[in-house]
Amino acid sequence: MAQLTLNINKQSYKVDVDPETPLLWVIRDEANLTGTKFGCGIAQCGACTVHLNGAPVRSCSLPVSAAAGQKITTIEGLSPDRSHTLQQAWIAEQVPQCGYCQSGQLMSASALLASNPSPTDEEIDAAMQGNICRCGTYPRIRKAIHRAAAMKPSGSR
Amino acid sequence: MSTLIANRRDFLKTSALTGTALVLGFSDADAAEPLALAANHEITPFVMIDPSGVVTLFNPRPDMGQGTYQSMPALLAEELCISLDNVKIVQTEGDAKHGNQNAGGSSSVRRLWKPMRTAGAAAREMLIAAAAANWSVPASECNAANGRIIHLPTKRSFGYGELAAKAATMPVPKEPKLKDQKDFTILGKPAPRSDVPMKVDGTAQFGIDAKVPGMLYATIERSPTIGGKVVKIDDAKALKSKGVKHVVKSERPLFGSTLEGVAVIADSYYAAVKGRKALAVTWDTSGFDKFSTDAFYEQMRTLAAKDGIRAEASKGDAVSAFKAAAKTIDAVYETPFVAHASMEPEAAVAHYKADGTIEIWASTQGPVWTKQAVAKQFGTTPDKVTVHPQFLGGSFGRKGGLDDFIMEAVYLSKQVKAPVKLVWSREDDITQGPFRPGMVNALTASLDANGVVTGFRHRVVGPAIQFQGRKDIEGKIDDWALEGIEPDDSPYSIPNVAIEYAHAPVTTPVMWWRSVYASTNMFGHESFIDEVAHAAGKDPLDFRLELLAKANPAPNSTGARFQAVLTLLKEKAKWSEKLPQGKGRGVAVARSFESIAAHAVTVGRGADGKLRVEKVVVVLDCGMHVNTDTVIAQTEGNIVMGLTAALKDAITFKNGRAEQTNFDTYRVLRINEVPAIEIHVMPSSNAPGGVGEPGLPPLAPALANAVFGATGKRIRTLPMNLDAM
Ligand code: FES
Ligand code: FES
Repeated sequence: MAQLTLNINKQSYKVDVDPETPLLWVIRDEANLTGTKFGCGIAQCGACTVHLNGAPVRSCSLPVSAAAGQKITTIEGLSPDRSHTLQQAWIAEQVPQCGYCQSGQLMSASALLASNPSPTDEEIDAAMQGNICRCGTYPRIRKAIHRAAAMKPSGSR
Repeated sequence: MSTLIANRRDFLKTSALTGTALVLGFSDADAAEPLALAANHEITPFVMIDPSGVVTLFNPRPDMGQGTYQSMPALLAEELCISLDNVKIVQTEGDAKHGNQNAGGSSSVRRLWKPMRTAGAAAREMLIAAAAANWSVPASECNAANGRIIHLPTKRSFGYGELAAKAATMPVPKEPKLKDQKDFTILGKPAPRSDVPMKVDGTAQFGIDAKVPGMLYATIERSPTIGGKVVKIDDAKALKSKGVKHVVKSERPLFGSTLEGVAVIADSYYAAVKGRKALAVTWDTSGFDKFSTDAFYEQMRTLAAKDGIRAEASKGDAVSAFKAAAKTIDAVYETPFVAHASMEPEAAVAHYKADGTIEIWASTQGPVWTKQAVAKQFGTTPDKVTVHPQFLGGSFGRKGGLDDFIMEAVYLSKQVKAPVKLVWSREDDITQGPFRPGMVNALTASLDANGVVTGFRHRVVGPAIQFQGRKDIEGKIDDWALEGIEPDDSPYSIPNVAIEYAHAPVTTPVMWWRSVYASTNMFGHESFIDEVAHAAGKDPLDFRLELLAKANPAPNSTGARFQAVLTLLKEKAKWSEKLPQGKGRGVAVARSFESIAAHAVTVGRGADGKLRVEKVVVVLDCGMHVNTDTVIAQTEGNIVMGLTAALKDAITFKNGRAEQTNFDTYRVLRINEVPAIEIHVMPSSNAPGGVGEPGLPPLAPALANAVFGATGKRIRTLPMNLDAM
């Protein structure tokens, strides 16, 4: 066990956990931020995507010790009030079906837009290929990213 | 378990009735008595209005992405004359007063279309009656609009909140008047779903998210084959692993048998996972280690070569027609076992309490199913079981009517006397079933000298979902096994039709998977119609239209609706325009769950020279519907899921083990593989049909027919490998 301090969504969490624990389970079960989901555990589906210092990572495959002291952002920290352009675009395009994959989709998409404010279809495909949606919301994800790219940025990230 | 499954069809048939009974089935006294005292006034079991005017609408069908969280309240709101913007929506929890609450079979809207509207209209009329009584005016002078009752001559009005207490004491109208379709303000239009905002900020609660005080976490080590017995557990290392509290045998009830496992229960999920890795279990897999897909398909092919059980819907004498024919054609089509692989794996929190009551938080398609199954399994009555259905992170049939993972969690909680959260790993989900059954379809048709179809035979061979755990199956046909292909669903004019069925038993559990047998039957049926069209030298779409026209269908009959759907598809897909060399277009049409869908798929070569799906155009006739945007979303989902099943990995078995384990070996469609999609929903005044499934069955045959168009090669076995074409 190890005493670690995690900075999640600009808040500090002191946790006492096995340092090998995947960041995912610490976020969900210790910090009680359940928006980040478990889908495969082997970095294949993207459901667990969070930002580590702004870059998308699969939290199911990252030991919590590697994230200590770094800036972690989860879906709950994307904006305080669903005001991120992507969240607005997701609502406008009615992207989610079951919704389970969508936190991961939004975290991948927000990392994409942060580095590439108006991506092409091919760039969207490349950035979003790691996120599975079994409900098949892909066409709307693509539309929503384009819509967000065309919007004036608001909210925080 | 098997009773529940056997009853599913009955419930689909009768739920409309029970739904109505439930709205109108309580006496005036029942309505008046306890509710008048409560702060909230329940006007019907589906509508509650508090004095401040806040309206709570109850959703009786769990939402797994199909949109019931909006569609069920929309049915109420339409008749109640309120906007959905400011209402509170509450998921029902299996109470008898809410009737059947099981989602499945694309049934929610088509079965509750009238009962839910009736509930809304009853509430509206009771509010009007209350207002009229307050003003001492005839009810006929009052109207409902935007959450207020208005006295038309004087323009006086009351908000619903002001009337709620009195309305709850009003007699329940026997036959409340429902709106005309032309007066709908909510139904039949696109509308935003109120679950969407919760699904973009992480606040939507799924089964896997539930947490209760004192909860422990569990994972279960399972037999490498489905169904091995635990011989020896060496748990010394596991128990020493930090955080592990218990190692106990677990029980998974499934179709009348109990599948054993070894659960590691710990104070965190990762501690349980680590403990599971440290566990050494010896399994006796004898009797479960023989199943292989290769041998099983051989067996099914043998069955497909023989006469099966003749379905009642057969007509004429197909065999004589074959003998007299100028030309006969045969083809055998094979579809694989596939997994549901919903993004949320099976997960449940259960608390078996000291007083024998049981509380459950889980993703379940049916709280009533869950209550009944758990009560039966644990020797208690449904009233002792509380179920809190959460949003389902996908299900596609997996989390309805089996409750196997929920019962595992209850069992473990009972063993360790604490609330337990059980989370299946993805490997558990993909290797342990149940699966969509692998099927073989054998088809034969005859043509006379003029290319007229004289006979048609469709043999369906495969495991019966309904027969699992049952003995009385001799000579019977699984009620769902012929979905899509009986004349009711396939109205082509053919004089002699034989529909046959042969059950091929398996030890591997099988289950409904989005569109069930229609998803496998239609691959054979509509691919074969295409083969027959080519044998007759006709354009495949025109050939279908001719076969339909010959039946001279009555206006609005299934045949006429098929014609309309195909005719619109012909126009929208620009069917008559010639395609450039190397491209191919295919068509297929299917009726399932009382809706008709026709797809035109275009394939072509990408820059790398490989064949790929370029476009899917769909025309859907689902009758009247609630939310046009949900209908489109569900159809998009059906295309993506249909493409995965047609193009990506199958579940194959060797020595009783599934050979695929996670998304690296059981690959599903990703965003870069999605074609252009165009969906047209037919305007309609017909009774609502299903929406969650009917868009899937035509996809695979339309795609295979398109590949034939592009390459001249017939695909008769799924999944197909486009890269190799
Ligand atoms: S759960 Fe991390 S990528 Fe699937
Ligand atoms: S919305 Fe259900 S998995 Fe993506």
